[in-house]
Amino acid sequence: MSEHPAALAHQFDDIEQQHEAASLGMWLFLVTEIMFFGGLFLGYTIYRSAYPNGFAAGSRSLDVKWGAINTAVLIGSSLTMALAVRAAQLGKRKALVGFLLLTMLLGSVFLGIKVKEYDEKWVHHHVPGGSFHFEGPHAQEAHLFFVFYFFMTGMHATHMVIGIGIFTVLTVKAWRGRFTSLYHTPIELAALYWDFVEIVWIFLFPLLYLIGRHQ
Amino acid sequence: MTHQIVSPKLCLLIFAILMVLTASNVGVAYVDLGRLNVIIALSIAVCQALLVILYFMQVRYSSQLTKLVVVAGFCWLVLLIGLTLSDFLTRDWLPLPEGW
Repeated sequence: MSEHPAALAHQFDDIEQQHEAASLGMWLFLVTEIMFFGGLFLGYTIYRSAYPNGFAAGSRSLDVKWGAINTAVLIGSSLTMALAVRAAQLGKRKALVGFLLLTMLLGSVFLGIKVKEYDEKWVHHHVPGGSFHFEGPHAQEAHLFFVFYFFMTGMHATHMVIGIGIFTVLTVKAWRGRFTSLYHTPIELAALYWDFVEIVWIFLFPLLYLIGRHQ
Repeated sequence: MTHQIVSPKLCLLIFAILMVLTASNVGVAYVDLGRLNVIIALSIAVCQALLVILYFMQVRYSSQLTKLVVVAGFCWLVLLIGLTLSDFLTRDWLPLPEGW
């Protein structure tokens, strides 16, 4: 061993092996997340096939405009995150901080729009519970749709809030120059997490907003 | 892992394709295609997810072991959904026997 980089923990042979282990561990965590959201998607599918009319009615009451804008915002944040990873790999500190801030900004825009949507649901009494009210013959089934809607989008939004929290820490560290072209594993792992959350939304958007729209 | 650095050009290309796919998904949703609507919407979503996984999450440039974990993860998801739906969606296929 001619050199021992400061970022290299003693149990690893070299920085490549350390990175590989961290990345693999992150993916194992993401697999548990796949199963977590997978259970929700499965429950949604079963109840949607059992009560197609009520779910379609509930789905049609959502505003596609906001859902589509949010999808675009989230895809944009994945782009800025990919560019942040690239900046980290090239050791460009200011670009890295800039792209991290941009990603957080886009994430916040998404959450802001989500709050606006939730507020509309509140005003229209579409929030599940005692004051729930839905016009039409399928009110009870639509009630169930909104239980899924709020739980799934709520879990997704929670993941985004956590992601923005992680980015806040990473931005401070990046600003202080803790990441180099040799060591920037936390940036790459945060990107993996953020892109996973994006993939969840990629499926939530058509399932909640689009299917049954034409009826 | 070989540190493959994805070019900004490729990032922008993937971003553009993802946007176009989102727009077409919204567009198709307003056309009545019967059962095909669900299939098309989910197919487009799967394509988008694949692009994100392969390029933004850089699985395409990852080690074989990482690829194996990713594929195995989605195999478990297919098992979960496939086996459960094979029960729920086939319950009315045969009438219940007398006395049930």
